[in-house]
Amino acid sequence: MNEAIAIQVAKTILVVLLAPLFTGWVNQCRAWLQNRRGPGLLQPYRALRKLFHKDAIVAHRASFLFRATPYIRFGSMVLAASIIPTLVTGLPIAPAADVIALVGIFALGRVFMALAAMDIGTAFGTMGARREMLIAFLAEPALLMVFFTPALISQSTSLSTIVHTLAYQPFVIHPGLAFAALAFLMVLLAENARIPIDNPATHLELTMIHEALMLEYSARHLALMDWASNLKLLAYTTIGVALFVPWGIARAVDGSAIWVALLCLLAKLAAAGAALALLETLSAKLRIFRAPEFLAMAFLLAVLGLLTHVLLEGAA
Amino acid sequence: MSASMSTQLINLFASLLLLIAFAMLAQRRVLSLIHLFAWQGAVLALNTTLVAFVTDQHHLYYSALLTLVLKVILLPWILHRLIDKLNVRWDVETLVNIPTTMLIGVVLVIIGFNVAMPISHLSATVTRGTLGIALASVLLSFMMMITRRKAVPQVIGFLAMENGLFFAATSATYGMPLVVELGVALDVLVGTFIFGIFTFHLREAFDSLDIEHIEKLKER
Amino acid sequence: MYPLLVLLTPIAGAVILGLWGHRASAGGVNAAISLLTLIAAALLTAQVVEYGPMLAFDELFFVDSFNVFLVALTALVGFTTALFSRPYMLIEMHHGRINARRLRLYHASYQLFMFTMLLALLTNNLGIMWVAMEAATLATVLLVSLYRTPASLEAAWKYFILCGVGIAQALFGTVLMYFASEQVLGAGGTALLWTHLDAVKSQLEPSVLTLAFVFLLVGYGTKVGLVPLHSWLPDAHAEGPTPVSAVLSGLLLNVALYALVRNKVLADGALGSDLTGNLMMGFGLLSVVIAAFSLSRQQDAKRLFAYSSVEHMGLITFAFGMGGPVATFAALLHMTVHSLTKSAIFFVVGHASQKAGTQMMDSIRGLVDTNPTIGWGLMLGSLAILGMPPFGVFASEFLIITTAMREHPWATPFLLAALGVAFAAVFGKVQPMVFGETTGRRLPHPPAILPVFAHLALVLVLGVYIPPYLAQWYRQAAALIG
Repeated sequence: MNEAIAIQVAKTILVVLLAPLFTGWVNQCRAWLQNRRGPGLLQPYRALRKLFHKDAIVAHRASFLFRATPYIRFGSMVLAASIIPTLVTGLPIAPAADVIALVGIFALGRVFMALAAMDIGTAFGTMGARREMLIAFLAEPALLMVFFTPALISQSTSLSTIVHTLAYQPFVIHPGLAFAALAFLMVLLAENARIPIDNPATHLELTMIHEALMLEYSARHLALMDWASNLKLLAYTTIGVALFVPWGIARAVDGSAIWVALLCLLAKLAAAGAALALLETLSAKLRIFRAPEFLAMAFLLAVLGLLTHVLLEGAA
Repeated sequence: MSASMSTQLINLFASLLLLIAFAMLAQRRVLSLIHLFAWQGAVLALNTTLVAFVTDQHHLYYSALLTLVLKVILLPWILHRLIDKLNVRWDVETLVNIPTTMLIGVVLVIIGFNVAMPISHLSATVTRGTLGIALASVLLSFMMMITRRKAVPQVIGFLAMENGLFFAATSATYGMPLVVELGVALDVLVGTFIFGIFTFHLREAFDSLDIEHIEKLKER
Repeated sequence: MYPLLVLLTPIAGAVILGLWGHRASAGGVNAAISLLTLIAAALLTAQVVEYGPMLAFDELFFVDSFNVFLVALTALVGFTTALFSRPYMLIEMHHGRINARRLRLYHASYQLFMFTMLLALLTNNLGIMWVAMEAATLATVLLVSLYRTPASLEAAWKYFILCGVGIAQALFGTVLMYFASEQVLGAGGTALLWTHLDAVKSQLEPSVLTLAFVFLLVGYGTKVGLVPLHSWLPDAHAEGPTPVSAVLSGLLLNVALYALVRNKVLADGALGSDLTGNLMMGFGLLSVVIAAFSLSRQQDAKRLFAYSSVEHMGLITFAFGMGGPVATFAALLHMTVHSLTKSAIFFVVGHASQKAGTQMMDSIRGLVDTNPTIGWGLMLGSLAILGMPPFGVFASEFLIITTAMREHPWATPFLLAALGVAFAAVFGKVQPMVFGETTGRRLPHPPAILPVFAHLALVLVLGVYIPPYLAQWYRQAAALIG
């Protein structure tokens, strides 16, 4: 039991520390694909260190909410990252890892971020909040629908059970999961401000969504917000990995299995990051008015995945 | 190959077919539509080969070959030449409200399954759902033809509908007798040729391939 | 042997006319080939009448009294239409509406179309039947758009797409039929042969057959021109050359209905209920009523008679739907007389509009003065199609309505009202065309009037006296269909 708790803590710390590295990897891949040298894998760490050493400036109209938001958001992302089974299934917090709760945790961070952006009352903050909520209200149901297909397959909404079922049952092709995976990818891109919806590298006023929310933050607040964003991207990627390519995850707390699982995870994350960078390089940003259409498609694909699962395999 | 494995593979191909049908519904570019159509043909050919292998029906190998030649190579090639000659290669259609179209598409899938449900359990060959998927992709292609205003996409929809029917034939039965399949293939080929000739006439007469321009014959 | 002869003659004709169809003599060649087809069909008919149903060529072809009468009818109307089209197409060329290349296309497609019709009738394989029906659409698409006017192109496009989509539904129905038969007969070529299916029809799975029949009804029903799937029909009839309108109306619709009825026999055997009959009655009645009420709004002569075709096909479908020996007998008789009368009407309307230079009925006036034979032909043909005694249409309509009164009294008011409305509309429009002030001009070639009066004479004969062997023949067919 103690060992399990130790693993749980170690895993959480690992994921939190790994998050900027993953972002750095994606950025580096993108740079390579665009024939640039790139800032190096460790650039996000350097940025974070720099920000933590600065003095924070807060708008004098800002309320308590504005100061608290970075901590709430960072905390919720750490919680999310810790309950997603990445190395081992059946850890102590596993019962909390319900997919619906997970969607709620993501929503919590987002709501506070939007509120904080509106709190100081700048035009960009309000605009960003509005856009963020527009995307969120379409992405959340899509994400839920994505989760329902694997949940139906494993007859459980507990992420840990789902992953366990998918990884250790005899190999079965679930066509419904293919639809869900596609839909999940679309949601991932939209939720993490990646390219067809938003550009993480831009500060262009008219098109930015995510950056607009954080314009007023500085120093350690900004660092926490950035780190939370990194964590969110990693969390989404690990969810994707856990749901759609779960193989290699350890079944129980067991020395060698965990090392194997860790290697598998790193390999899968490296591949996923490279694929993400490739996807972003190949596609063009959509106009913001097309974003609802993009997300509606994601939702419908997820519904379709659910349908094909129920109709092709239901009660079979 | 174990029976359950082949069943799963056939299910996978069926879902891919459905996915491509949806992608066609939402695709605005003529060129991408042709690519999607070719992919659909490829999935069909693979599926037919698989069914032939599993059920040991040799004539299905021929029909898989026929599908490959006709639907993956010949028809896309004709369509490519056609859009080159008509100079509509980069045509982008303005489709209004794709999400609604897709939502109706999802409803069509449910209808297709419901219609096919009572009889699909009789199928001796494959899984229960494939007949429903075949019907659903026929309905989706039908839907695509309704939503399109241009001649070339309409005909791609028509050909995609034939793909759905072919899938129904291979998934519900051991494939139609070869002579019938040859006849159907001939019809499709001749139909595409006639369509090709026809588009030139249309453009000569209307200076457009937009079907809206040629809806003059209304009840007076 | 004869079935093959019936099919090979038009194929050979298509090849010959594909090479030399642009010559001035091609119209004569076309008629001669059609005559050969008719002779072959007559020989086939004689053989079937004498020796009963026959299977030929590894069961690929099947001829019984039901389809042999349609084969004879198709070959006959095909021949007379070819006779009619010889001067008609020459006049069209003279008027500059078509050139030599399109004349060749017309002649070759005409023979191909005859081939597909005859193949659909003779084949024993339901899959081949579908292929032939689809091929018939393809053979006629370029005929409908022969004039390359915007309106004709639009009509052909509509025809192509609507019939293509419709016929695709029929393919799905055929697949389902095969699916059902495979359970009984096992996989392989025989499971789509009608004779084999007919032998085991009571064992076919009813749920599959229900679904199959619905798809087949929608599919072949589109080609029959049943409301609400009829919208291609008036356009295609009005914009194509008149001989094409005549064969579409007189033959294609019949053959599509034949395909439907063949499948209905199987579905009935499997279901043992009235479902198929009720569906056909419903669609038939709807077609009769909607078409009758559309007649009065027409201004184009060929559109008018196209809607009249929808009405009559609806009536025949209704009669087949009622079933029973009398109604089926009447349906077969009506198929014959409608096909003869309607093609005769299209012949006269074609020449009349050539004389007037337009198909608009307002501009066609005083046919009796300019060309009495055309005028009287139109008048008599219209009276015949409207069901005036003593023409054959009266006899079949009378039988249909009396059967309906006895078995489905609720339907009779609709039928009678529709027939009354149709009478008022058509007669009101034809009367000034025949007897009004003249506007005509001279034609460069003498029109072919013989086919018109030959058809009308046949219809008249059928109205007053059905030869015993013909009646016997219809009864046999009626017994087959049940």
